[in-house]
This record gives sequence, structure tokens and C-alpha cells, in this order.
Amino acid sequence: MILSNGNILSPSTHDRFLTGILWCFSLLASLILGLILFFLVYNSLPVLWDIGISKFFLDSSWHPSEALFNLTPMLVGSLLIMLGAILLAAPLGIVSAIFCRFYAPKVIAVFYQSLIELLSGIPSVVYGFWGLVTLVPLIQKVNPPGTSLLAGIIVLALMILPTVSLIADATFANLPKEYFQGAAGLSLSRFTLLTQIILPASKSGLLTSVILAAGRAIGETMAILMICGNIAQIPDSLFSPVRTLTANIALEMAYAMGNHRSALFVSGLLLMVIIFALVSLAHRAGKGSVYA
Amino acid sequence: MKNSKRYLNLTIALLFVFFLPATSFAAELKGKLVLTGSSTIAPLAAEIGKRFESLHPRVRVDVQTGGSSRGVADARRGLADIGTVSRALKPNEQDLLSFTLAKDGVAIIVHQSNPIKKLSNQQIIAIYQGKIKNWKTVGGNNRPITVINKAEGHSTLELFLKYFGLKNSQIKPHVIIGDNEQGIKTVAGNPNAIGYVSIGSAEYSATHNIPIKLLPMKGVPASIKNVANGTFPLSRPLNLVTKVVPRGLAKEFIDYSLSNKVHDLIQRQYFVPINP
Repeated sequence: MILSNGNILSPSTHDRFLTGILWCFSLLASLILGLILFFLVYNSLPVLWDIGISKFFLDSSWHPSEALFNLTPMLVGSLLIMLGAILLAAPLGIVSAIFCRFYAPKVIAVFYQSLIELLSGIPSVVYGFWGLVTLVPLIQKVNPPGTSLLAGIIVLALMILPTVSLIADATFANLPKEYFQGAAGLSLSRFTLLTQIILPASKSGLLTSVILAAGRAIGETMAILMICGNIAQIPDSLFSPVRTLTANIALEMAYAMGNHRSALFVSGLLLMVIIFALVSLAHRAGKGSVYA
Repeated sequence: MKNSKRYLNLTIALLFVFFLPATSFAAELKGKLVLTGSSTIAPLAAEIGKRFESLHPRVRVDVQTGGSSRGVADARRGLADIGTVSRALKPNEQDLLSFTLAKDGVAIIVHQSNPIKKLSNQQIIAIYQGKIKNWKTVGGNNRPITVINKAEGHSTLELFLKYFGLKNSQIKPHVIIGDNEQGIKTVAGNPNAIGYVSIGSAEYSATHNIPIKLLPMKGVPASIKNVANGTFPLSRPLNLVTKVVPRGLAKEFIDYSLSNKVHDLIQRQYFVPINP
């Protein structure tokens, strides 16, 4: 570790060798990202040259076969579903992690933890299928057509709940022991310990968990495709169908030609921009960490 | 030892006598045949391809999907030996040669519990344009209609739009689906839904305890039989297209696909064979 430091006058050959390999691999990893970005931009360019950027936000609707390319409804749909799912899953996930670590008896905590881990392992298409045959008919009885923003939010919240909960739990586990010992020394109540010490101290970790969950939410495709109705419109209520950027690509990519195909790559590019924003947010949240 | 060697030689000689004609026949047909295009035709083409491969062991048939438009484009650019197109060729596609393999119909489907017996073309158009919003208006229950449409690019959508003289932007759908199966599941789960899917998959589902109902068109019941005899109006041909007059492997494959030797495969995909 110390030997590989650049300050050492004569690093061993082993270290040089290792450094070289590490350089190669990290270069390869970043190259792949670069290639994906290049591929997205390269495939989007034809339509961007052809009709310009403004049409993607100002056209009257998304009907690519009639040369109408408005992506705003999909952008709004993606963001609304993500926000809704976060609003549901973040409090639930954090509270469940608190329960698991500070309140539950050991046996229950272990069982509960493995349950959450199992939840995170269920494939998204299973959630989608459950949504389609159970949740959508239920919502349909309240307010047709059932395939809606609400269905998407509920299913997505279920899917990202484990991400929030597991990362929150890991954050709590990483808190310095001294905090707890100090609190015990002051004979603080468990509630005070929680609200005055633990939560403020793990603020940045919790924020990171939420942002990572948001990243998963925005990229989800299969389940959303099955339960959201996929209408390219800005929803006027929770019961309106919506289409996300990911569903837009999955629905139409197989059949798209020419400008239509290019426009779908623009959807992908837009998704990348959102993910990039989320990741840099997570990065900034992580910097404010108390213990890092 | 000597004896057994002689027998071996004899066996090899006999093998040559028996199999030489077969191998020389197979040698005439070898290579790779690429078919791309309609996702409707792909499963059928793959089945025919498998049987064709078993007849000609040195042939490989590669079937890819991507939609009828891709079938046309690939056949034109020579990226595929044969394009598969699940509609009649458009006027600007007449540079290609087409061979009709079978027919497929599009059925309007509603939930089995829906009391509606039939809908006129005008009613269907009005429903899809969002002008009729309640089943009561067309003689059904007092329930809002859920309109199911297909995603852009599907040939089922093209056929539907063309037949009813609609533009996709005029349609006011509540749900947009990808494939037939998703459409059938959505209608089966929603008593107030109306949708349209390939007649083969609809008839199969309706006869296998899935609660959907096929509506007649212009008084003609939606069935495979009526597509075959040409009376059902909302139907389409499934075509194999080529850029030039097919020769060699492509010709053998097309001849085989148009023969009655593949009727069972066509029927198994719930399409309708039309070639004698």
C-alpha cells in the first residue's frame, strides 16, 4: 500500500506491474462508458441534425410516423413515477431499517433482513406481472383504466424499497460505537438517541440510499411497460396512464426506422443525462458524510 | 483380425453405395439463409426453417425480427435473403417480389362479460377517436370504455388504421401495448376494455378459457375459417419478399414454404394456410 505511493523513490517492479494493470483495467471500464455515450450520440445525431433539438420539446405530440417527436410527456412521466416511488419508498425503507437495527429482537431482525434481501432479488418482470393481474384490476375498479401512474408508483416503490432499506441499514451499522456509548453514558432514551444523534449523523448515507434508489427507479423498464398504460401524455391525475422514457424505447425500438429510431436514441440520451445528474447528486451527498 | 478388417471394408463400401446419392443431393443445397422482418411471421418462419434444415442438413436458416418495415428494408439492401412482411406491399415497394405464405386476420376483442354482440365500423372509429366514451352509447353497460392501442411500428396497428381510415394521432387510447399476448392479458383483466390482436392468437386464447370475446366485422364472425375463405374484411397476407427472382437456396426455401408440407406448421401458429 505504502510502497505504491508516488513519494517512494524506488517502487518495486511488482508495484509498477500492478499499477500498469490497474491503469489498463480502469481505462477499459471508462472506455466502455465512453463508447456507450458515443454510440448514443452517434445514433441520435441524424434526427438532431434533421429536425433540431427544439422539436423534441415543442411538437404537439409523440407520433413519430407522422413526424411528431415531443419527448416531454415521457420525461415528465419518468420523473413523476420516480418521485412518487421515492416519496413512498424512502420513509418506508428508512423506518424499516431503523426498526431492524434498533427496535426488533435479534431473531426477528435477522429474519426481516433476509426478507428484504429476498425482495431485492425478485426479477422486475415478476413485479410487473403481479401488477398487471392484481394491482391494475384493483385500481381499475376504483378509476378505469387501471393501468396508471399510480400503479407504476406502487410497484416501483416496492422494487426500490429494499435498496433504500439495505443501504440505510449499512449506514446505521457504520456509525461509530462512541456515539452509542456516549448516549448510554448520558442515559438518553432510545428515541432521543435516534432523533438527535443517529439520524443527523447518517443524513448523507440516507440521502445516498435514496438517490441510488432513484437511479434504479428511473431505469426500470419491464414492470413499468406492463402496468403504466404507455400513453405518451402528461398525466392529469394519479389514475392517468403514462409512458416513461425507458418504456418508450422498449415499446418501439424493435420496429423503428430512420428518424423514429434516431428519436428513440434521443430518449436514451435524455435518460443518461438524468442518471448523470443523479449520480453527481449522490457524489455530493456522499461528501458531506460525517464519518467518511 | 483379418476377417474383421474385411468386414469393415465391406461395411464402408456399402455405406458409400447407400448414402452417396443422399450426400450428393444434400451437397446441392448448402449455406446460410437469412430471413428478417415481421415479428408475426418470425415464429412460423423459424418452424419452417427447422423442418427445412432437417431435410437439408447443410443448410442453416436464420430468422430475425424487427418488423415488416425492416423486412422490406433488409430485402432491398440485400441484408437478408428473404424479407418477411405481414401486410400487402405498399405502392412504393413494388420493386420487390412477394410470395404469400399464409393469411392472418385482426380481431376486435372485448371482455367475455361484455354484453355487446357487434359494433359497426363507425362505432369502432368513434370509440377509438374518443367520441364514444361509454359502453351505454353502443348498447352496453353504463361503464367507461378502456381503449387499447398498439405501439407505433406494429403491422397490426398499420392494418387497423388503414382499414378504418384513421391516423394514429387521432386515436385517444388509454393503454398502449406491445405484443398480442399483452393485449389479450390486458383485455382479460379489464371488463370494459376493447382492443385488437391477431385473430390466431385471439381465437386460441378465447378457446382456452381466457375471458375474451371476438367481435364480428360487417356481420362476418371473426374466425380463422373466414380469414381463409377471404370473407373476413380485417385480414392481411403474410408475405415472403425478395429483391430479385429467387434462385438456388432461396428458391428452394420459398417453394417449400408455399407447399402443403408446411400447412400443419401454419395452423399450429394460428395462421391460415391458403396455398393448395
